[in-house]
Amino acid sequence: MVGRALDRKLLRDLWRLRAQVASIAFVIASGIALLVMSLSAVEALRESADAYYERCRFGNVFASVKRAPLYLQRRIEEIPGVQSVQLRIGAQAVLDLEGFAEPLMGRLVSVPEGEQPILNRLVLRSGRFVAAGRTNEVVVNESFAQAHGLQPGDSISAVINDRKRELRIVGTAMSPEFIYVLPPFALVPDKARFGILWMGRKALEAAYGQEGSFNDLSLTVLRDADTRPIIRQLDALLEPYGSTGAIDRRDHLSAWFVTNELKQNEATARILPTIFLLVAAFLTNAVLSRLIATERSEIGLLKAFGYSSAQVGAHYAKLVVAIVLLGIALGWVLGAVLGRISTGLYAENLNFALLIYRPGPSSFLIGALVSLAVALGATFRAVRGAALLPPIVAMRPPAPPVFRRRRGGGGRLRSWIDEPTRILIRQILRWPRRSAVTALSFAGAVGLMILSLQFTDAIDALAATHFGEALREDLALGFVDPKSTTVLSDVERLPGVLAAEPMRFVAADLSSGYRTHRGAVIGVGADSRMTRIFDVERGPLPVPPSGLVLSESLADKLGVRVGDDVWVRVLEGERLLRSVQVANVFGSYIGTAAYMDIVALNRMLGDRPMVEYVNALIDEDRLPALMARLKNLPAVSTVALKHVAVASFHEIVAASLMVFVGFFSAFSFALGFGVTYNAQRIALSERGRELATLRVLGFSRHDALYILLGETLLLVCVALPIGCVVGWVLTAIFVNASGFQTEMMRLPLEIQASTYGLSVLFLLLASLVSGAAMKRQVDHLDLISVLKTRE
Amino acid sequence: MGSDGETAGDRSAALRAVGLSKIYGSGEVEVRALSDVALDLYAGEMVVLLGASGSGKSTLLNILGGLDTPTTGSVLFEGQDLTASDDAGLTRFRRDYVGFVFQFYNLIASLTARENVALVTEIAPDPMDPEEALAVVGLEERMDHFPAQLSGGEQQRVAIARAIAKRPKILLCDEPTGALDSKTGIIVLEALESVNRELQTTTAIITHNSVTAAMADRVIYLADGRISRIDRNASRKAARTLAW
Ligand SMILES: Nc1ncnc2c1ncn2[C@@H]1O[C@H](COP(=O)(O)OP(=O)(O)OP(=O)(O)O)[C@@H](O)[C@H]1O
Ligand SMILES: [Mg+2]
Repeated sequence: MVGRALDRKLLRDLWRLRAQVASIAFVIASGIALLVMSLSAVEALRESADAYYERCRFGNVFASVKRAPLYLQRRIEEIPGVQSVQLRIGAQAVLDLEGFAEPLMGRLVSVPEGEQPILNRLVLRSGRFVAAGRTNEVVVNESFAQAHGLQPGDSISAVINDRKRELRIVGTAMSPEFIYVLPPFALVPDKARFGILWMGRKALEAAYGQEGSFNDLSLTVLRDADTRPIIRQLDALLEPYGSTGAIDRRDHLSAWFVTNELKQNEATARILPTIFLLVAAFLTNAVLSRLIATERSEIGLLKAFGYSSAQVGAHYAKLVVAIVLLGIALGWVLGAVLGRISTGLYAENLNFALLIYRPGPSSFLIGALVSLAVALGATFRAVRGAALLPPIVAMRPPAPPVFRRRRGGGGRLRSWIDEPTRILIRQILRWPRRSAVTALSFAGAVGLMILSLQFTDAIDALAATHFGEALREDLALGFVDPKSTTVLSDVERLPGVLAAEPMRFVAADLSSGYRTHRGAVIGVGADSRMTRIFDVERGPLPVPPSGLVLSESLADKLGVRVGDDVWVRVLEGERLLRSVQVANVFGSYIGTAAYMDIVALNRMLGDRPMVEYVNALIDEDRLPALMARLKNLPAVSTVALKHVAVASFHEIVAASLMVFVGFFSAFSFALGFGVTYNAQRIALSERGRELATLRVLGFSRHDALYILLGETLLLVCVALPIGCVVGWVLTAIFVNASGFQTEMMRLPLEIQASTYGLSVLFLLLASLVSGAAMKRQVDHLDLISVLKTRE
Repeated sequence: MGSDGETAGDRSAALRAVGLSKIYGSGEVEVRALSDVALDLYAGEMVVLLGASGSGKSTLLNILGGLDTPTTGSVLFEGQDLTASDDAGLTRFRRDYVGFVFQFYNLIASLTARENVALVTEIAPDPMDPEEALAVVGLEERMDHFPAQLSGGEQQRVAIARAIAKRPKILLCDEPTGALDSKTGIIVLEALESVNRELQTTTAIITHNSVTAAMADRVIYLADGRISRIDRNASRKAARTLAW
């Protein structure tokens, strides 16, 4: 029987406090939901990618050559550890779609006619495979088809080996090789401007004169086989055929981006919810301690009757556990639902053919345990605080600390401050600790809002730096083969081209000690005004007459500093190996670039001056004419328009990073509202009796509301600037967290004034809205019952 | 039961206060609520505490009941020093032996009259039924009402029912009839009297109504935190014969 009356009290208290219970549960739920959502989404993406790779037999090693005979297949298969080998023909082509102004880029990939390739299988989404003997049939990747509304039966033309040809689309498909469909030279995928065309092997052989040969290889290895020795042997085998060096799946363009994307999301999924959960925990702690503090006289009373501290503690622990369990349940459900939704959103961005959402228990448990521990900790402290007092002391309203009347000031203060204001200010000053905790929880909420909103700022700043300062060309043209420098004047003569600059792009391994990076050395002119080496802090840097200029992330990856030497192994031509000094390192937000003076690079390669790319400034008005020309220039394999790149960067990054950030912002705003609502709700329960008494004494409703809300609003105002600082600090912690800085991207610490402003405004608004809800309560204060009962 | 019965001959002290003083605050705002109070409450006796407002009556009662701690001095219950026992010891003392009626009733707003009483009987070793205790104070009709639905006097009676329901050894009542008219007040005093008689409960009652003093064995007068006088009544008047 013991505790039945207490349990009844518990249920009634939960009901009486339902508004607060709901808002505290919501604070807890949001922390858990965010954690569950992000971790489970990342987990799902990782699992999905693995399953996709597995099911479609995505290669483990890839290589491309100029041209090698098919009979090498046997020798490659004999390399220990190799399981299956696929030899293909691949090529870059400019595509032309009727009704689309710009030239499009395409990647042609050979497939066996009428059947699945043994490796890198396709997931057919509509139509069929290319049939034997039909040289003009292609299967296109689904996202490209969708972007242009293409269906089986439609046609598309392509410049294949200098000849424009009409191709018929017979099917759409997805492939593990092109989860990330990245146009050459682009930072982010572009669904519309880069298409994958799978074409019959016979047709491609004929078009490129590759009969009996291949230029693209992928292979799978036996389970657990080490790819390094295989790559070494493969490189040796393929070297005479113009190999640019075999790569592990890890460095495969699409897989690398998927990995990086996952890494970044995982870091985001760990860091953001952790910050969020901690702030939510602090808020939970603050509101629960304050809630229990209002129960202080009942704690004293129970103690007076002979309930032990443990019994009293258990009673309040039950109350808190009930609230927390509600929050946990809500958080789990919300997190799982949002996890599924955000996984879907990601998957849509990345071209996943299958999706596995099967969250493990860990994120659910972590969230629940953290919340429970924090809440019980808060309860323990608060109950103990009251239970340790002699019961009669606990039963009295807490005695304010001795209020010292300051000489002088007090009198004058009295003369111009009205009574309600004095009551309000005294409330705050009398309970400095509680006021501080409340203000801090407001500040925490503002900080979270700033942290979530600054992502947009950071992305904007990053794009502004990268596209506005570093890559200032309007257009980059890539060629099928390196061209002599005379191509520059050819480009300059194209319609609408105002100026052109050469650029070299040489595939290379950069290494120092055991650390290697497979990438490229980019050669730019010393007087280059388009592509510049731009340091995010120091601005444009001069191109040194010799030596490499590495991006910070690359220097970090290789573990080198200015003055150190780096080995450069060129992956084409004679595969030169040179030691080059690092002349400078520049801070950048994106990528792992290595720059060199174009003259020095030519000298190092021993070539006559060549270019792989030409950058150009163009006259926007004549863009259509230029595009029309480019569509018919067979030598051009890449057309990268800057404004398109900027737009797709924003679109893709927005769609991907912003999935998290969107939910994160929503939660932080909800949290801000929950916290202010709670603060006012508790203030009301602490002050209800006093306010009712004041009302009875003749103060107006307006005065009562003013005293109640004034306190919160004053604390909000104190909290806002602190919140801005908290936001800045949280952001700094976040962007500097090592996990978040991937090779692909680092976020700048750039918070716009508008972000501060919006967060601050929102909290003010939230406190006004919850204040309006309080108004109803104050208007309906039950004066009679307040005066009749002593709690 | 440790006893030395210094004045009352045959009776032993159930509660003994030695050199009690209580000082609130410090420095400028120091308030001396009790100074050097010595008092024995004998087993089964009924005392009435009288004194001006602020003279220290509530303070003394709270300390005797283990609700508060004295600044100096000690309280002995059956020979044991309460001021030396820990929180658990004090809790046990209150739970098993003491019934309280607080000056401000202190009912739990979210519990009905019956549940407020049950809150205490559930943890007491040998309690009455809550219904029975409420019947003693004439509230059997209002058992399922919440405090806010009861008048001040009715709330006070609930508080008394709650105090007697555990059949306490010691019953400490702070102005139990303060809010009651004389008719109801007498019902309540009769209830206290019968608990004192039938259960040999040591009873101390604070009151501002000197008429009540007639029903006590002894009347203790407090002034400025000191016991100024102790009167012994030759005979106790029955509660129902009182009138004010
Ligand atoms: N928590 C406290 N802090 C400071 N002074 C206190 C406190 N509690 C009581 N006092 C003071 O101690 C003195 C004794 O108070 P007490 O409540 O014992 O008086 P009382 O005799 O019960 O008065 P009443 O008949 O009005 O209830 C009073 O002067 C009171 O102001
Ligand atoms: Mg009193």
